[in-house]
Amino acid sequence: MLRVEGLCSGYGRIQALHGVDIHVAKGEIVTLVGANGAGKTTLLMTICGNPRASAGKVLLDGEDITRLPTHLIMRKGLAHSPEGRRVFPRMTVLENLQMGAALGDPRHFDQDLERTLALFPRLKERLNQRGGTLSGGEQQMLAIARALMSRPQVLLLDEPSLGLAPLVVRHIFEIIAAINRDHGVTIFLVEQNAFHALKLAHRGYVMVNGKVALSGTGAELLANPEIRAHYLDGGVS
Amino acid sequence: MEYFLQQLINGLTLGAIYGLIALGYTMVYSILGMINFAHGTIYMMGAFISLIAYLAATTIGGASVVVALFVALFATMGFTGLWGWTMERVAYRPLRAAPRLAPLISAIGVSIILQNFVAQAQGARVKPLPPVIRGGFSLMEGDGFAISLSWMQIIVVLTTLALMAGFTWMITSTSLGRAQRACEQDMKMAALLGIDVDRVISTTFVIGASLAGVAGLMVTLYYGVIDFYIGFLAGIKAFTAAVLGGIGSLPGAMLGGLLIGLIEALWSAYFSIEYKDVATFGILVMVLVFRPTGLLGRPDVEKI
Ligand SMILES: Nc1ncnc2c1ncn2[C@@H]1O[C@H](COP(=O)(O)OP(=O)(O)O)[C@@H](O)[C@H]1O
Ligand SMILES: [Mg+2]
Repeated sequence: MLRVEGLCSGYGRIQALHGVDIHVAKGEIVTLVGANGAGKTTLLMTICGNPRASAGKVLLDGEDITRLPTHLIMRKGLAHSPEGRRVFPRMTVLENLQMGAALGDPRHFDQDLERTLALFPRLKERLNQRGGTLSGGEQQMLAIARALMSRPQVLLLDEPSLGLAPLVVRHIFEIIAAINRDHGVTIFLVEQNAFHALKLAHRGYVMVNGKVALSGTGAELLANPEIRAHYLDGGVS
Repeated sequence: MEYFLQQLINGLTLGAIYGLIALGYTMVYSILGMINFAHGTIYMMGAFISLIAYLAATTIGGASVVVALFVALFATMGFTGLWGWTMERVAYRPLRAAPRLAPLISAIGVSIILQNFVAQAQGARVKPLPPVIRGGFSLMEGDGFAISLSWMQIIVVLTTLALMAGFTWMITSTSLGRAQRACEQDMKMAALLGIDVDRVISTTFVIGASLAGVAGLMVTLYYGVIDFYIGFLAGIKAFTAAVLGGIGSLPGAMLGGLLIGLIEALWSAYFSIEYKDVATFGILVMVLVFRPTGLLGRPDVEKI
């Protein structure tokens, strides 16, 4: 479904990705974990064309999308809930969701809205509230809901648990599982919260300094002593 | 009292025109964070194009006044819109990643080029247009006073109101308006949702420029004289209106335009016409001292 081959990119003269290879098969939840600054966000953003890849390829369903401009990449069935949520603060929840559906057929809107709000009942009560006034957890829900409104085949999620209370994190992870299970959306999840992410995912990659250091099934990685030492027991969890 | 009402009417008419120009400044500012200093020049071009189109339609085409006015309206909006688009493509887009000062200088350059082009092509002398729409009402008569409301004033105010209403609807309720607000709030995110940001920016320039074009048309009809230099002062006044109302705020631009028009008319009437611009800018400074974000501007803290 989504395949990244030898991807390099960075910011100006700073290179942040050094040849990353990753693939996500249809219907999977794949997670990418790694410490702060490893290059996870850069990878997701490079997949979306900003920053541009300096070498390597991004393939979506076999089609090379590496050189397309961002807005065209996003029309290929990819949706992104980016780091920091980036909810439009001066738009209402409904308008944010309409923006998510900007590319879609307007005739699907009501149906998609209903389906999305069924996953996030909290948003339903707040449709006319402005995005900037939502709580962190609600903003995260809105960011994911907005991404779903385009009926994506692949959903990219960048640290949905960041800055949220444990209870909210658990709730959001349950919803992510439901999106994958009930709606058949393939998910590529970037997390620092390795424990939750690896438990949820079918497979995982560990990124260190802009390279993939390890990969395996979620259970394998969870059992790996090195990972436990770095990311679970003492590390960021 | 009658005198006051008369000046109120004159001021509102003038303010409507400033408001239309101010919309273009504020739209471009809110999406790109830059002041399009060539915007006043577009208004001047609008005045010239409408004059030429009107005269061509009546003298060459033999059209009636009403038809000729519509020809002038569409020609003006079309040409100024096209010019707005070209200007963004040629003078601003290549500089989007450059430091803020670069597009500003580019804008001043564009505006000097245009002014000189019009001065060369049309001559530097004032161009007159005989009154096209005459007559009007006398609202109140008596004691040697009459408050007059000309058809032209009615047309200016109604056209402006209609355009502002349509424009407000476009921004608040259409997908294009939503995309525009999204780009304004977070351009990178808008692109991640599949919005073609470049196209939204182009559209913004086209709309702003054609609104300024309409303002130029109305000034041509209202005052009956134009020259290549009218864009400068009107541009500065409209920019002031946008700042007074709160730069980036659309209702602010309209309100600011009306206020500047009123201040100018009332000050000229009661104090001295020579100092009307001093009064306008004096009030601007006062407002900015007490409300740095302008009357309807939002404080920057909400910005992400
Ligand atoms: N906008 C930027 N400009 C310059 N360097 C950046 C920028 N964003 C990230 N970086 C650098 O790129 C590297 C990878 O960052 P990032 O992809 O954000 O990591 P992660 O998401 O894994 O925390 C870091 O060294 C970071 O400092
Ligand atoms: Mg990150």
